[in-house]
Parts: sequence; C-alpha cells; structure tokens
Amino acid sequence: MLDLPFFLDTLSTLIGGVPLTLQLTVLSVSSGAMLAFALALMRVSGNPLLDYPARFYIFAFRGTPVLVQIYIVYYGLSQFPVLRQSMLWPFLREAYWCAVIALALNTAAYSAELIRGGLNSVAVGQIEAARALGMSRPLAFRRIILPQAFRQMLPAYSNEIILMVKSTALASTITLLEVTGLAAKLISQSYRPVEVFIGAGAIYLTINFLIARLCAALQTALSPEKRAAPAPAQSPETEAPRHG
Amino acid sequence: MADPTLAGRPNTPAVELAGIRKSYGHHEVLHGVSLAAQDGEVVSILGASGSGKSTLLRCINMLEIPDAGTVAIQGEAIAITRRPGQPPRSADMAQVGRLRAKATMVFQSFNLWSHLTILENLVEAPVHVQKRDRRECLAEAEALLARVGIADKRHHYPAHLSGGQQQRAAIARALAMKPSLMLFDEPTSALDPELVGEVLKVIRDLAAEGRTMLIVTHEMGFAREVSDRVVFLHRGVVEEEGPPAELFANPRSDRLRQFLSREGWKTSAPC
Repeated sequence: MLDLPFFLDTLSTLIGGVPLTLQLTVLSVSSGAMLAFALALMRVSGNPLLDYPARFYIFAFRGTPVLVQIYIVYYGLSQFPVLRQSMLWPFLREAYWCAVIALALNTAAYSAELIRGGLNSVAVGQIEAARALGMSRPLAFRRIILPQAFRQMLPAYSNEIILMVKSTALASTITLLEVTGLAAKLISQSYRPVEVFIGAGAIYLTINFLIARLCAALQTALSPEKRAAPAPAQSPETEAPRHG
Repeated sequence: MADPTLAGRPNTPAVELAGIRKSYGHHEVLHGVSLAAQDGEVVSILGASGSGKSTLLRCINMLEIPDAGTVAIQGEAIAITRRPGQPPRSADMAQVGRLRAKATMVFQSFNLWSHLTILENLVEAPVHVQKRDRRECLAEAEALLARVGIADKRHHYPAHLSGGQQQRAAIARALAMKPSLMLFDEPTSALDPELVGEVLKVIRDLAAEGRTMLIVTHEMGFAREVSDRVVFLHRGVVEEEGPPAELFANPRSDRLRQFLSREGWKTSAPC
C-alpha cells in the first residue's frame, strides 16, 4: 500500500515548505495579536464609539470564511486604483503579504475576544486592592490586570495559534508553496494522494504538538501559584528521627 | 443622636466626613453621615448588614464616590465633580491616588494579588506608587511579615496560605505604605472562627501602638476592647456614638439595644 521510499522522498520535499508555513503563522499571529489587543481595549473601554466598531469588526471577521477573506485581499484589492497607485501596492500585489494580511485580520477578531475574556476574568477585588493602594488606572492595568489576564487566556490562545497554523494551508490557494501548496503540486505530478497528504498531515501534527507543549510550558512557568507551596526550610525538629 | 462636631479640638482630624450621602439607583444607603477620627484614635463602626457601614468606609478612599458631602484626609478635602444627571466623579485622580496611599484599606476578602508572592504583594505599591527604593521596601516588608507572624510564608503565593494568614499578609501590605490611617472592612468576616483570633491580635497590636484606624466589624467584644469610640450606624444614619464602655453598657437608643442583643455580644468572650 504505502510506498515507503516514495513517502520519505515526499516528506523531505514537504519539509521544504515548513519555513513558509511558519513564517505565515508567526507574522499573522504576532501582527494579529497587536490588532487584537487594540480591539479588546476598544471592547472594554465602555465607550460606544470605540466598542461598536470593534464589535462590528469581530462580527464580520468571525462570520465569514478565512478563504473568502484571503480571496478578497488577494483578488479584490487590485480592483481599487487608489491601492494600485499607493505605496502599499508592492506589498499588496504579493500573494505572500496578502496571505499574511488576511490571516492576521482573521486571527485578530478571534484573539480580541480571548483577550477581552481574559481581562474580564480578573476578579473585582484584585482591581479594588490596586486602587485602594493608590495605583492609577494605567498602573493597575499594567501591573495587576494584564499579568492575570494573560495567564488566564493563554490556554485558549494556544488553541488559536494551532488553528492559525492549519489556516496557513489556505495560502496554497493563492499560489504560495507552503506545506499544503507543495503537497498539491506533488499530487498533480505523482497522483499518489495518500503518501503526500499523510506526509503533510504528519508535518502539521508535529508543528502543532510542539506549539502545544511550548504553550503548556509557558503556562506552567507563569503560574507558580498553581503549583504546590514551596517546601518549608529544613530544620532539625522537622526531620523524622530514625529508629535503628 | 450623635453630634459629630468635636469643638475645641487642637489638631486637624486624621479623617473627617461631613454630610455623606450615597444612593444606588433610587435606594439611598447613606443619608448624610458625619464622622471624624483624630490622630491615634480607633473608631469602630457597628451596624446590621445593609446599614451602610461598608459603603461609608469605601467612601473614605473613593472606592465609592459620595453623591453629597465631603471627605477630608488630614485636612485635605477630596475634590469631587458633581454634575446633575451624571454619576459623581473624583475630580483629580492624582490626588485620590495620593490620599489612598495614606488611607490604606484591608478588605473582607483579603484581595491579595494572586499572581505575586506574599513579599511581592507587600512591595508592589510602595515601589510602583510611592516610587521608593525596592531594596529598602523588601527589607521593610520582611520585617512587617515577621511582625504579623508569617515571615516563613514570604515566598508563598496567596493561594497557599490560610485565610487568617492571607488577612495578616493583607494587613502587612497596607502597613507597607506607611499609612496615616487604616481602614478595615470587616476584616474577620470571611474567616473560619478558629482563624479570627490571630487576625484580631494583629489589629489589637496596631491599636496599642497608637495607629489611627476605622474598623467596620461584627466582633462586638473586640470593638469594645480596642476602640476609643464606637459609632452605631442604622439605615444610613449615625444612630448613636460614644466611648465603648458607655455605649455597650448603657445603649441609649432602642435600636442599638436591639442590635446588641441580637449580636449577643455579652456572650461572645473577648478574644
């Protein structure tokens, strides 16, 4: 069934697409996170002029397929002469940047809600204590709310990163030869989808396994309060006497 | 009826409230409460739940902003912006921050910051609000923790401590600001009965060293023992006020008499 030499050969070709897959992920997740943070602040601002635009953004980007968003950016933007003549055009005409932009805009919508959830999860008493000890709002936000919100949202956010790794596969539809793009190319040459797609799947699985472990390690490192209490210092009277 | 004006006093009071009113929706919780505490005075605020005693305490450090009336800490009145149709706001957040650091609060539910160790909890505000030297603050924090009897817990997180230990840490955190006034909002109400004593002991020691404190409490025996003055709040007004010995022995108003018998304070042995 499975042709092992062909499979290994395929795998080594597909691994060539990993750098592009990772680039798309890292660029879209990091720029998406910044946009998401701004959107989350707009959502929790309590100002309708900021809240409602953010709500609409999230509504629009969560309610439409990523593939449609990629197509709109890649095929749609060239319809606007303003954009074609703008300084951004060298970027916007590249499939690479179109994929990054579309994926970033998409993950921003989901991440904004994760960040908002994290911010809202911080107990009122924690914030009151900060105020009662004289902290200004920005200081309380930076020192108390944000660190606690970050710990709270990290598990859900690692999920979002994993979803983004998988979403980069859609970049293959706009000519990019990342892992899935290479896989499609190999299949059209070899007509052996089983080996090729199992190889591609194994690569995504490995990347996501590593991301999940990394996030779990970060979570543990950031939540010492969830671990056991530090052991009391050894003192002579606490040592159990040994009976011979 | 208590008369809040203390004529002929030599110094500016540590805290002075005049005509404090506070409503939530259409329900007025405080109907014009006036109260003052001199330097070194311990004032206990008693009252049934819903009498407005916690709200009153929270008005002092602007966690609640009174709809009417003034709050002055060491003679400095807190600026409040009141416009018709809008909730009142503090006019000068920098002033509020500065005065809050002078009048620190200990909460019923401790509210230690869960992501910081006990030691970090103590130095957080002195370092970042008062901009004091971190090393100096750490040394002071260690001494404070030793004083409240939890020096061995300094590298623990709040979740690893018992309620009594957490409240003692919270008191140490309030002390680390070197406040001129301390506000206690039912400091033992969230504790298991066997842990109440260790917290009261810390507060009693603070009273003995002459700290200015306002204490909202249900511990009648404790209030009688440590207070210089007791204020009984009933439905948002000061119903009765006076030295504890007098007030507990001969309550003048029926309401205080009823309240004291309901609380059964005579049977609760002083801790």
